[in-house]
Amino acid sequence: MGNLMSVKNAIEFVGGDVIVCNKPEDLDKIERIILPGVGAISNCIKKLNESGFTNSLNHEVLIKKKPTLGICLGMQVMASISYEGGEHKCLNWFDAEVIKLTSPNVGYKVPSINWHPINFDPTIPLFEGIPQNSEFYFVHSYFMNLKSDNQLAASYNYPTPITAAILKDNIFATQFHPEKSQDLGLQLLENFLRWNP
Amino acid sequence: MEPLKPKKRLIPKLLLSNRDNNLVVVITKYFDKRILIGDPLSQSKIFQDQSADELIFLNIGNTGIKSLCEVIARVSEEIFMPLTVGGGVRSDNDFRQLLKYGADKISINTVAVKNPKFITEMAYKYGAQCVVVSIDYRIDEEGKPLVYIENGKTKTNLDPVSWAKQAEEFGAGELLICCINQDGSKDGLELEVLKKITEVVKIPVIGSGGCGMAIHFVDGFISANCDAVCAGTFFAHRDQNLIQTRSQIFNSGVNIRMQN
Repeated sequence: MGNLMSVKNAIEFVGGDVIVCNKPEDLDKIERIILPGVGAISNCIKKLNESGFTNSLNHEVLIKKKPTLGICLGMQVMASISYEGGEHKCLNWFDAEVIKLTSPNVGYKVPSINWHPINFDPTIPLFEGIPQNSEFYFVHSYFMNLKSDNQLAASYNYPTPITAAILKDNIFATQFHPEKSQDLGLQLLENFLRWNP
Repeated sequence: MEPLKPKKRLIPKLLLSNRDNNLVVVITKYFDKRILIGDPLSQSKIFQDQSADELIFLNIGNTGIKSLCEVIARVSEEIFMPLTVGGGVRSDNDFRQLLKYGADKISINTVAVKNPKFITEMAYKYGAQCVVVSIDYRIDEEGKPLVYIENGKTKTNLDPVSWAKQAEEFGAGELLICCINQDGSKDGLELEVLKKITEVVKIPVIGSGGCGMAIHFVDGFISANCDAVCAGTFFAHRDQNLIQTRSQIFNSGVNIRMQN
């Protein structure tokens, strides 16, 4: 869905070996999974369901527990439900809903399109080598509202804290785009390649 | 402590034109004269090294989407920063192709004016944050601003402020506003229309056209309230260094990204 090439290029740039999986069966052969995403949820979840990828992902991620990274839409699709353009049941890997950003304050516009400093849990190995309050690039109109705080890996202020990253067992996902966040984004991707959850 | 407001963005503009069957970066003056600047990837690397916030690529070469995709694909191999891409985008397939090859946001201009529903369709399918409506305008001899389409060649009777508001209502996620009278002039942005636009819309606005000094950016951010300023000519020549410009803007009291 959307921006595969940038993610592929970024992973290769930091030394990873990456293939684009066109068929659900392709997931069987690989060691770790990335779900990128640029676009809107309805098309995304529809395609995942229709192609058989949903079943395959559930198996590889939840049962075989392969390290998995979701980016932007790839993170939002992991929620239970998204309200973008209707009501869409998503992968339900996280007990969360995806709802529209509202901007009560002048200066905080919707869509949120900007670099923002993130506040993250420094014990998470995916953030190794990244200073607290480092800036990453966000471009989104909807955000993920987690039911339980202990899955929150990072937040940013818009102006109150909203989800910037989530973590549960072998699944890590970011609202921001590491493949578009220059050096520190590449660092995060490198960390993902080395991650042993 | 009250959180700082979101930062203002600095965005180099890379206009692409056709030279010997290749798309190369050019700068223009009043949307006319084209001066060759260099290769898109080389230029992009300079901006990435100087931590530009985003890049905007606009194909004014009328060479079709495929050639634009090729440039973006090549740039995406080494440039890991936000890319807004436009120029001749007319269809859903154009959107899909450009996003696939590395664009984060797609800019549409002529097609949005001719068929505003296209804005809504693309925003629905790809998300409003992907859809940038680009508005070019000229101020005529009587001081009246009018929207121009087809790369500044065709006059419409649209007022840019009203059209900006409508584009938002149709679903645009961001606006890229450019004054043709100021383009390439180095005399500064046209601030009046820009200010009116930022007052009537709630979505982010990128101002463009005419920056020649750091103070012009500051005017765009403070007087006109733009969320971002986009500049082509200003950044094209090496003596206008992004890092120095950033410092000057910051020292004038504008909250912009200072990390390298």
